[in-house]
Amino acid sequence: MVTQAYAQEAAAPAEEHVDGAVDATHADPAHADPTADTHATTEAHGGEHGSDIFPPFDPATFPSQLLWLAISFAALYLLMSKVALPRVGSILADRKAKIDADSAAADASRQKTDAAIAAYEAAPADAKSKAQGIAAQTSDAIKTELASKRRAVEADLSAKVATAEARIATTKAEAMTHVDEIAAETAQTVVTQLVGDIPSDSVKAAVAKASKE
Amino acid sequence: MAGTDPIHQFVIEDMIPIHVGGDGTAGSGLNLSFTNSSLFMVLTVLAITTFVLLASSRKQLVPSRLQLTGELAYEFVANMLRSSAGTEGMKFFPFVFSLFAFVLTANLFGMIPYFFTVTSHIIVTVALALLVMSVVVIYGFFRHGFKFLKLFVPSGVPAYVLPIVVPIEIISFLSRPISLSVRLFGNISAGHITLKVFAGFIVSPGAAGFLGWLGAILPLFMTVALTALEFLVAAVQAYVFAVLTSMYLNDAVHPSH
Repeated sequence: MVTQAYAQEAAAPAEEHVDGAVDATHADPAHADPTADTHATTEAHGGEHGSDIFPPFDPATFPSQLLWLAISFAALYLLMSKVALPRVGSILADRKAKIDADSAAADASRQKTDAAIAAYEAAPADAKSKAQGIAAQTSDAIKTELASKRRAVEADLSAKVATAEARIATTKAEAMTHVDEIAAETAQTVVTQLVGDIPSDSVKAAVAKASKE
Repeated sequence: MAGTDPIHQFVIEDMIPIHVGGDGTAGSGLNLSFTNSSLFMVLTVLAITTFVLLASSRKQLVPSRLQLTGELAYEFVANMLRSSAGTEGMKFFPFVFSLFAFVLTANLFGMIPYFFTVTSHIIVTVALALLVMSVVVIYGFFRHGFKFLKLFVPSGVPAYVLPIVVPIEIISFLSRPISLSVRLFGNISAGHITLKVFAGFIVSPGAAGFLGWLGAILPLFMTVALTALEFLVAAVQAYVFAVLTSMYLNDAVHPSH
Protein backbone atom coordinates (compact mmCIF):
# COMPACT_ATOMS: atom_id res chain seq x y z
CA MET A 1 0.00 0.00 0.00
CA VAL A 2 2.92 2.25 0.61
CA THR A 3 3.84 1.89 -3.01
CA GLN A 4 0.40 2.84 -4.19
CA ALA A 5 0.26 5.93 -2.01
CA TYR A 6 3.62 6.98 -3.31
CA ALA A 7 2.50 6.38 -6.85
CA GLN A 8 -0.56 8.54 -6.40
CA GLU A 9 1.48 11.30 -4.85
CA ALA A 10 3.93 11.11 -7.67
CA ALA A 11 1.18 11.04 -10.24
CA ALA A 12 -0.42 14.27 -9.11
CA PRO A 13 2.53 16.61 -9.82
CA ALA A 14 3.14 14.85 -13.12
CA GLU A 15 -0.41 15.52 -14.18
CA GLU A 16 -0.16 19.13 -13.14
CA HIS A 17 3.02 19.44 -15.12
CA VAL A 18 1.37 18.07 -18.25
CA ASP A 19 -1.61 20.37 -17.90
CA GLY A 20 0.58 23.35 -17.11
CA ALA A 21 2.62 22.67 -20.19
CA VAL A 22 -0.50 22.49 -22.31
CA ASP A 23 -1.69 25.78 -20.90
CA ALA A 24 1.63 27.43 -21.42
CA THR A 25 2.09 26.43 -25.01
CA HIS A 26 -1.48 26.90 -26.12
CA ALA A 27 -2.80 30.14 -24.87
CA ASP A 28 -5.95 30.01 -27.00
CA PRO A 29 -9.05 28.98 -25.06
CA ALA A 30 -9.87 25.99 -27.25
CA HIS A 31 -6.88 24.14 -25.85
CA ALA A 32 -6.86 25.45 -22.32
CA ASP A 33 -9.11 22.55 -21.38
CA PRO A 34 -7.43 20.92 -18.37
CA THR A 35 -8.60 17.48 -19.51
CA ALA A 36 -6.68 17.76 -22.76
CA ASP A 37 -4.26 14.86 -22.99
CA THR A 38 -1.23 14.44 -25.18
CA HIS A 39 -3.35 13.15 -28.04
CA ALA A 40 -5.37 16.32 -28.06
CA THR A 41 -2.24 18.45 -28.23
CA THR A 42 -0.88 16.25 -31.00
CA GLU A 43 -3.99 16.87 -33.03
CA ALA A 44 -3.83 20.53 -32.24
CA HIS A 45 -0.35 20.60 -33.77
CA GLY A 46 -1.67 18.73 -36.75
CA GLY A 47 -2.76 21.97 -38.35
CA GLU A 48 -6.06 23.33 -37.07
CA HIS A 49 -4.46 26.73 -36.62
CA GLY A 50 -2.09 28.67 -38.82
CA SER A 51 0.51 29.20 -36.13
CA ASP A 52 0.32 25.61 -34.99
CA ILE A 53 1.20 23.85 -38.24
CA PHE A 54 3.64 20.97 -38.07
CA PRO A 55 6.92 22.88 -37.64
CA PRO A 56 8.85 21.10 -40.43
CA PHE A 57 6.16 22.28 -42.88
CA ASP A 58 6.16 25.91 -41.69
CA PRO A 59 7.44 27.98 -44.63
CA ALA A 60 8.24 30.90 -42.33
CA THR A 61 11.27 28.97 -41.05
CA PHE A 62 12.57 28.04 -44.50
CA PRO A 63 14.70 31.12 -45.30
CA SER A 64 16.57 30.93 -42.04
CA GLN A 65 17.18 27.20 -42.33
CA LEU A 66 18.30 27.47 -45.95
CA LEU A 67 20.67 30.33 -45.16
CA TRP A 68 22.29 28.65 -42.18
CA LEU A 69 22.40 25.28 -43.91
CA ALA A 70 24.18 26.90 -46.86
CA ILE A 71 26.63 28.67 -44.55
CA SER A 72 27.36 25.65 -42.37
CA PHE A 73 27.51 23.11 -45.20
CA ALA A 74 29.74 25.36 -47.30
CA ALA A 75 32.02 25.79 -44.29
CA LEU A 76 32.01 22.03 -43.73
CA TYR A 77 32.79 21.32 -47.38
CA LEU A 78 35.65 23.82 -47.44
CA LEU A 79 37.11 22.55 -44.17
CA MET A 80 36.86 18.94 -45.31
CA SER A 81 38.17 19.40 -48.84
CA LYS A 82 40.95 21.88 -48.08
CA VAL A 83 42.15 20.92 -44.60
CA ALA A 84 40.81 17.79 -42.97
CA LEU A 85 40.56 15.15 -45.67
CA PRO A 86 43.97 15.86 -47.28
CA ARG A 87 45.51 15.32 -43.86
CA VAL A 88 43.85 11.93 -43.41
CA GLY A 89 44.63 11.08 -47.02
CA SER A 90 48.31 11.93 -46.55
CA ILE A 91 48.46 9.70 -43.46
CA LEU A 92 47.02 6.82 -45.45
CA ALA A 93 49.29 7.50 -48.44
CA ASP A 94 52.37 7.70 -46.18
CA ARG A 95 51.46 4.42 -44.54
CA LYS A 96 50.87 2.75 -47.89
CA ALA A 97 54.23 4.02 -49.19
CA LYS A 98 55.97 2.85 -46.02
CA ILE A 99 54.36 -0.59 -46.20
CA ASP A 100 55.19 -0.94 -49.88
CA ALA A 101 58.81 0.09 -49.32
CA ASP A 102 59.15 -2.23 -46.35
CA SER A 103 57.66 -5.18 -48.16
CA ALA A 104 59.92 -4.51 -51.14
CA ALA A 105 62.92 -4.46 -48.79
CA ALA A 106 61.70 -7.65 -47.16
CA ASP A 107 61.34 -9.22 -50.59
CA ALA A 108 64.91 -8.25 -51.50
CA SER A 109 66.19 -9.63 -48.20
CA ARG A 110 64.35 -12.86 -48.78
CA GLN A 111 65.85 -13.24 -52.22
CA LYS A 112 69.31 -12.64 -50.73
CA THR A 113 68.62 -15.25 -48.08
CA ASP A 114 67.46 -17.72 -50.72
CA ALA A 115 70.66 -17.15 -52.68
CA ALA A 116 72.76 -17.63 -49.54
CA ILE A 117 70.91 -20.84 -48.70
CA ALA A 118 71.44 -22.12 -52.24
CA ALA A 119 75.16 -21.31 -52.06
CA TYR A 120 75.40 -22.94 -48.64
CA GLU A 121 73.71 -26.06 -49.96
CA ALA A 122 75.88 -26.08 -53.10
CA ALA A 123 79.21 -25.85 -51.20
CA PRO A 124 79.20 -29.37 -49.61
CA ALA A 125 78.01 -30.93 -52.84
CA ASP A 126 80.83 -29.16 -54.67
CA ALA A 127 83.39 -30.27 -52.11
CA LYS A 128 82.04 -33.82 -52.24
CA SER A 129 82.30 -34.02 -56.00
CA LYS A 130 85.81 -32.51 -55.85
CA ALA A 131 86.80 -35.05 -53.21
CA GLN A 132 85.40 -37.85 -55.32
CA GLY A 133 87.37 -36.56 -58.28
CA ILE A 134 90.57 -36.47 -56.26
CA ALA A 135 89.94 -39.98 -54.91
CA ALA A 136 89.23 -41.35 -58.36
CA GLN A 137 92.33 -39.70 -59.80
CA THR A 138 94.51 -41.02 -57.01
CA SER A 139 93.19 -44.51 -57.29
CA ASP A 140 93.66 -44.44 -61.07
CA ALA A 141 97.24 -43.26 -60.65
CA ILE A 142 97.93 -45.96 -58.06
CA LYS A 143 96.32 -48.58 -60.28
CA THR A 144 98.39 -47.66 -63.31
CA GLU A 145 101.56 -47.53 -61.21
CA LEU A 146 100.78 -50.92 -59.73
CA ALA A 147 100.01 -52.33 -63.15
CA SER A 148 103.26 -51.04 -64.61
CA LYS A 149 105.25 -52.35 -61.65
CA ARG A 150 103.54 -55.71 -61.95
CA ARG A 151 104.25 -55.82 -65.64
CA ALA A 152 107.91 -55.04 -64.96
CA VAL A 153 108.11 -57.66 -62.25
CA GLU A 154 106.35 -60.20 -64.48
CA ALA A 155 108.66 -59.46 -67.35
CA ASP A 156 111.65 -59.81 -65.05
CA LEU A 157 110.30 -63.04 -63.63
CA SER A 158 109.53 -64.54 -67.02
CA ALA A 159 113.01 -63.61 -68.21
CA LYS A 160 114.49 -65.29 -65.17
CA VAL A 161 112.24 -68.32 -65.72
CA ALA A 162 113.37 -68.46 -69.33
CA THR A 163 117.08 -68.38 -68.40
CA ALA A 164 116.47 -70.96 -65.68
CA GLU A 165 114.68 -73.20 -68.12
CA ALA A 166 117.50 -72.78 -70.60
CA ARG A 167 120.03 -73.67 -67.94
CA ILE A 168 117.95 -76.67 -66.92
CA ALA A 169 117.77 -77.76 -70.53
CA THR A 170 121.55 -77.45 -70.99
CA THR A 171 122.16 -79.19 -67.70
CA LYS A 172 119.73 -81.89 -68.71
CA ALA A 173 121.38 -82.29 -72.09
CA GLU A 174 124.74 -82.39 -70.43
CA ALA A 175 123.44 -84.94 -67.98
CA MET A 176 122.07 -87.00 -70.77
CA THR A 177 125.53 -87.17 -72.37
CA HIS A 178 126.99 -88.29 -69.07
CA VAL A 179 124.30 -91.04 -68.85
CA ASP A 180 125.95 -92.84 -71.80
CA GLU A 181 129.39 -92.67 -70.15
CA ILE A 182 128.01 -93.91 -66.84
CA ALA A 183 126.18 -96.71 -68.62
CA ALA A 184 129.31 -97.62 -70.55
CA GLU A 185 131.44 -97.59 -67.45
CA THR A 186 128.88 -99.59 -65.53
CA ALA A 187 128.51 -102.05 -68.39
CA GLN A 188 132.33 -102.37 -68.70
CA THR A 189 132.61 -102.96 -64.96
CA VAL A 190 129.82 -105.58 -65.08
CA VAL A 191 131.27 -107.24 -68.15
CA THR A 192 134.79 -107.16 -66.64
CA GLN A 193 133.47 -108.86 -63.53
CA LEU A 194 131.75 -111.46 -65.69
CA VAL A 195 134.08 -112.16 -68.55
CA GLY A 196 137.29 -110.36 -67.85
CA ASP A 197 138.89 -107.46 -69.62
CA ILE A 198 137.33 -106.15 -72.83
CA PRO A 199 138.19 -103.13 -74.80
CA SER A 200 136.22 -100.12 -73.68
CA ASP A 201 135.44 -99.11 -77.25
CA SER A 202 133.38 -102.20 -77.94
CA VAL A 203 131.49 -101.65 -74.64
CA LYS A 204 130.71 -98.10 -75.58
CA ALA A 205 129.45 -99.23 -78.97
CA ALA A 206 127.27 -101.86 -77.42
CA VAL A 207 125.82 -99.36 -74.87
CA ALA A 208 125.17 -96.91 -77.60
CA LYS A 209 123.46 -99.56 -79.60
CA ALA A 210 121.38 -100.61 -76.60
CA SER A 211 120.40 -97.04 -75.65
CA LYS A 212 119.23 -96.45 -79.22
CA GLU A 213 116.88 -99.40 -79.11
CA MET B 1 8.68 22.88 -21.64
CA ALA B 2 6.02 20.99 -23.50
CA GLY B 3 6.09 17.81 -21.49
CA THR B 4 5.02 14.89 -23.58
CA ASP B 5 4.04 16.87 -26.66
CA PRO B 6 5.73 14.86 -29.46
CA ILE B 7 5.78 17.81 -31.88
CA HIS B 8 7.44 20.36 -29.67
CA GLN B 9 10.87 18.91 -30.40
CA PHE B 10 10.58 20.18 -33.99
CA VAL B 11 9.70 23.77 -33.09
CA ILE B 12 12.21 26.30 -34.33
CA GLU B 13 12.96 29.15 -31.96
CA ASP B 14 14.82 32.30 -32.83
CA MET B 15 17.98 32.73 -30.79
CA ILE B 16 19.51 35.75 -32.51
CA PRO B 17 16.74 37.50 -34.46
CA ILE B 18 17.78 38.63 -37.93
CA HIS B 19 15.00 40.08 -40.06
CA VAL B 20 15.55 41.32 -43.59
CA GLY B 21 13.07 43.56 -45.34
CA GLY B 22 9.44 43.81 -44.33
CA ASP B 23 7.73 46.65 -42.56
CA GLY B 24 8.77 45.68 -39.04
CA THR B 25 5.52 43.89 -38.17
CA ALA B 26 5.61 40.22 -37.21
CA GLY B 27 5.65 37.83 -40.17
CA SER B 28 6.71 40.36 -42.77
CA GLY B 29 10.02 40.23 -44.60
CA LEU B 30 12.53 37.39 -44.44
CA ASN B 31 13.30 35.80 -41.11
CA LEU B 32 16.96 34.83 -41.31
CA SER B 33 17.36 34.52 -37.56
CA PHE B 34 19.99 32.33 -35.98
CA THR B 35 17.74 29.62 -34.56
CA ASN B 36 18.14 26.44 -32.56
CA SER B 37 18.31 24.66 -35.93
CA SER B 38 21.16 26.94 -37.04
CA LEU B 39 22.92 26.32 -33.74
CA PHE B 40 22.89 22.57 -34.29
CA MET B 41 24.00 22.92 -37.91
CA VAL B 42 26.99 24.88 -36.66
CA LEU B 43 27.57 22.38 -33.84
CA THR B 44 27.43 19.53 -36.36
CA VAL B 45 30.05 21.19 -38.53
CA LEU B 46 32.23 21.93 -35.50
CA ALA B 47 31.93 18.36 -34.22
CA ILE B 48 32.88 16.84 -37.60
CA THR B 49 35.78 19.24 -38.12
CA THR B 50 37.09 18.74 -34.60
CA PHE B 51 36.85 14.99 -34.95
CA VAL B 52 38.66 14.76 -38.27
CA LEU B 53 41.31 17.31 -37.31
CA LEU B 54 41.99 15.65 -33.95
CA ALA B 55 42.05 12.23 -35.58
CA SER B 56 44.65 13.40 -38.10
CA SER B 57 46.68 15.62 -35.74
CA ARG B 58 49.42 13.16 -34.74
CA LYS B 59 49.92 11.47 -38.13
CA GLN B 60 51.06 8.24 -36.53
CA LEU B 61 52.22 5.35 -38.65
CA VAL B 62 50.54 3.00 -36.20
CA PRO B 63 47.27 4.81 -35.52
CA SER B 64 45.78 5.54 -32.14
CA ARG B 65 42.13 4.65 -31.57
CA LEU B 66 40.97 8.14 -32.49
CA GLN B 67 43.12 8.27 -35.60
CA LEU B 68 41.93 4.81 -36.60
CA THR B 69 38.30 5.93 -36.30
CA GLY B 70 39.00 8.88 -38.54
CA GLU B 71 40.80 6.69 -41.06
CA LEU B 72 37.95 4.17 -41.01
CA ALA B 73 35.42 6.91 -41.73
CA TYR B 74 37.61 8.21 -44.55
CA GLU B 75 38.13 4.80 -46.13
CA PHE B 76 34.49 3.80 -45.61
CA VAL B 77 33.25 6.75 -47.67
CA ALA B 78 36.13 6.46 -50.15
CA ASN B 79 35.40 2.78 -50.83
CA MET B 80 31.68 3.46 -51.10
CA LEU B 81 32.23 6.18 -53.67
CA ARG B 82 34.92 4.26 -55.57
CA SER B 83 32.75 1.15 -55.87
CA SER B 84 29.79 3.18 -57.14
CA ALA B 85 31.36 5.87 -59.31
CA GLY B 86 34.83 4.49 -59.99
CA THR B 87 38.15 6.29 -59.69
CA GLU B 88 36.87 9.15 -61.81
CA GLY B 89 34.15 9.78 -59.24
CA MET B 90 36.74 10.32 -56.50
CA LYS B 91 36.87 14.04 -57.29
CA PHE B 92 33.54 14.20 -55.46
CA PHE B 93 34.99 12.53 -52.39
CA PRO B 94 35.05 15.67 -50.18
CA PHE B 95 31.48 16.39 -51.19
CA VAL B 96 30.19 12.90 -50.42
CA PHE B 97 32.21 12.74 -47.21
CA SER B 98 30.79 16.11 -46.08
CA LEU B 99 27.26 14.95 -46.88
CA PHE B 100 27.67 11.65 -45.09
CA ALA B 101 29.32 13.19 -42.06
CA PHE B 102 26.79 16.02 -41.88
CA VAL B 103 23.74 13.76 -42.11
CA LEU B 104 25.19 11.15 -39.76
CA THR B 105 26.26 13.66 -37.12
CA ALA B 106 23.00 15.60 -37.35
CA ASN B 107 21.02 12.36 -36.99
CA LEU B 108 23.09 11.19 -34.03
CA PHE B 109 22.93 14.63 -32.36
CA GLY B 110 19.17 14.25 -32.61
CA MET B 111 19.39 11.18 -30.39
CA ILE B 112 20.71 13.24 -27.48
CA PRO B 113 17.89 14.55 -25.26
CA TYR B 114 17.11 18.27 -25.67
CA PHE B 115 19.15 18.40 -28.86
CA PHE B 116 17.50 19.68 -32.02
CA THR B 117 17.45 17.31 -35.01
CA VAL B 118 18.49 19.27 -38.08
CA THR B 119 17.51 16.51 -40.51
CA SER B 120 13.95 16.29 -39.16
CA HIS B 121 13.05 19.36 -41.19
CA ILE B 122 12.12 18.66 -44.78
CA ILE B 123 13.58 21.92 -46.04
CA VAL B 124 17.03 20.77 -44.93
CA THR B 125 16.77 17.36 -46.59
CA VAL B 126 15.25 18.87 -49.73
CA ALA B 127 18.09 21.37 -49.89
CA LEU B 128 20.70 18.61 -49.55
CA ALA B 129 18.95 16.44 -52.16
CA LEU B 130 18.65 19.34 -54.61
CA LEU B 131 22.32 20.12 -54.01
CA VAL B 132 23.18 16.55 -54.96
CA MET B 133 20.99 16.64 -58.06
CA SER B 134 22.35 20.02 -59.19
CA VAL B 135 25.89 18.72 -58.81
CA VAL B 136 24.91 15.68 -60.91
CA VAL B 137 23.19 17.68 -63.63
CA ILE B 138 25.71 20.53 -63.81
CA TYR B 139 28.74 18.25 -63.78
CA GLY B 140 27.04 15.88 -66.21
CA PHE B 141 26.44 18.59 -68.80
CA PHE B 142 29.80 20.23 -68.10
CA ARG B 143 31.69 16.96 -68.57
CA HIS B 144 29.68 15.29 -71.34
CA GLY B 145 27.64 18.08 -72.94
CA PHE B 146 24.48 16.78 -74.55
CA LYS B 147 25.79 13.22 -74.37
CA PHE B 148 24.72 13.44 -70.73
CA LEU B 149 21.16 12.96 -72.02
CA LYS B 150 22.16 9.41 -73.00
CA LEU B 151 21.41 8.81 -69.33
CA PHE B 152 17.76 8.58 -70.32
CA VAL B 153 18.37 6.22 -73.24
CA PRO B 154 19.57 2.86 -71.96
CA SER B 155 21.91 1.17 -74.43
CA GLY B 156 20.86 -2.16 -75.93
CA VAL B 157 17.14 -1.40 -75.80
CA PRO B 158 15.21 -1.93 -79.07
CA ALA B 159 14.11 1.33 -80.69
CA TYR B 160 10.40 0.55 -80.54
CA VAL B 161 10.56 0.31 -76.71
CA LEU B 162 12.31 3.65 -76.35
CA PRO B 163 9.09 5.77 -76.36
CA ILE B 164 8.09 3.91 -73.21
CA VAL B 165 11.51 3.56 -71.57
CA VAL B 166 12.71 7.16 -71.99
CA PRO B 167 9.77 8.78 -70.14
CA ILE B 168 10.15 6.20 -67.39
CA GLU B 169 13.84 7.03 -67.08
CA ILE B 170 13.08 10.76 -66.99
CA ILE B 171 10.41 10.31 -64.33
CA SER B 172 12.71 8.12 -62.26
CA PHE B 173 15.44 10.75 -62.54
CA LEU B 174 13.08 13.53 -61.51
CA SER B 175 11.76 11.53 -58.58
CA ARG B 176 15.26 11.04 -57.18
CA PRO B 177 15.52 14.31 -55.24
CA ILE B 178 12.04 13.70 -53.83
CA SER B 179 12.76 10.16 -52.67
CA LEU B 180 16.20 11.16 -51.41
CA SER B 181 14.88 14.00 -49.27
CA VAL B 182 11.57 12.50 -48.12
CA ARG B 183 13.28 9.23 -47.10
CA LEU B 184 15.64 11.00 -44.73
CA PHE B 185 13.08 13.49 -43.44
CA GLY B 186 10.39 10.82 -42.99
CA ASN B 187 12.62 8.34 -41.21
CA ILE B 188 14.06 10.86 -38.79
CA SER B 189 10.93 12.87 -37.95
CA ALA B 190 8.64 9.82 -37.75
CA GLY B 191 11.19 8.04 -35.60
CA HIS B 192 11.46 10.98 -33.23
CA ILE B 193 7.67 11.34 -32.99
CA THR B 194 7.26 7.62 -32.29
CA LEU B 195 9.94 7.76 -29.65
CA LYS B 196 8.34 10.75 -27.98
CA VAL B 197 4.84 9.24 -28.10
CA PHE B 198 5.99 6.01 -26.49
CA ALA B 199 7.98 7.97 -23.92
CA GLY B 200 4.78 9.90 -23.22
CA PHE B 201 2.98 6.60 -22.64
CA ILE B 202 5.37 5.96 -19.77
CA VAL B 203 4.33 9.12 -17.97
CA SER B 204 0.63 9.56 -18.78
CA PRO B 205 -0.76 6.26 -17.36
CA GLY B 206 0.58 7.43 -14.01
CA ALA B 207 -2.69 9.30 -13.61
CA ALA B 208 -4.44 5.95 -13.15
CA GLY B 209 -2.52 5.26 -9.96
CA PHE B 210 -0.55 2.15 -9.14
CA LEU B 211 -1.90 0.04 -12.00
CA GLY B 212 -1.07 2.87 -14.33
CA TRP B 213 2.56 2.90 -13.22
CA LEU B 214 2.61 -0.88 -13.57
CA GLY B 215 1.27 -0.54 -17.09
CA ALA B 216 3.94 2.02 -17.87
CA ILE B 217 6.59 -0.71 -17.80
CA LEU B 218 5.61 -1.92 -21.25
CA PRO B 219 6.06 1.44 -23.04
CA LEU B 220 9.28 1.88 -21.05
CA PHE B 221 10.76 -1.23 -22.65
CA MET B 222 9.31 -0.16 -25.96
CA THR B 223 11.04 3.20 -25.66
CA VAL B 224 14.35 1.54 -24.85
CA ALA B 225 14.00 -0.70 -27.90
CA LEU B 226 12.93 2.23 -30.10
CA THR B 227 15.93 4.24 -28.94
CA ALA B 228 18.21 1.48 -30.17
CA LEU B 229 16.25 1.30 -33.41
CA GLU B 230 16.53 5.06 -33.88
CA PHE B 231 20.30 4.90 -33.50
CA LEU B 232 20.30 2.26 -36.23
CA VAL B 233 18.02 4.39 -38.41
CA ALA B 234 20.24 7.44 -37.84
CA ALA B 235 23.28 5.57 -39.14
CA VAL B 236 21.50 3.66 -41.91
CA GLN B 237 19.81 6.76 -43.31
CA ALA B 238 23.12 8.62 -43.45
CA TYR B 239 24.62 5.61 -45.23
CA VAL B 240 21.69 5.35 -47.65
CA PHE B 241 21.92 9.06 -48.41
CA ALA B 242 25.63 8.79 -49.16
CA VAL B 243 25.30 5.58 -51.21
CA LEU B 244 22.53 7.04 -53.36
CA THR B 245 24.54 10.21 -53.80
CA SER B 246 27.48 8.09 -55.00
CA MET B 247 25.25 6.24 -57.45
CA TYR B 248 23.76 9.45 -58.82
CA LEU B 249 27.24 10.91 -59.18
CA ASN B 250 28.13 7.79 -61.15
CA ASP B 251 25.45 8.81 -63.65
CA ALA B 252 27.14 12.19 -63.98
CA VAL B 253 30.53 10.59 -64.51
CA HIS B 254 29.41 7.70 -66.75
CA PRO B 255 26.05 8.69 -68.26
CA SER B 256 25.73 5.83 -70.76
CA HIS B 257 24.90 2.75 -68.73
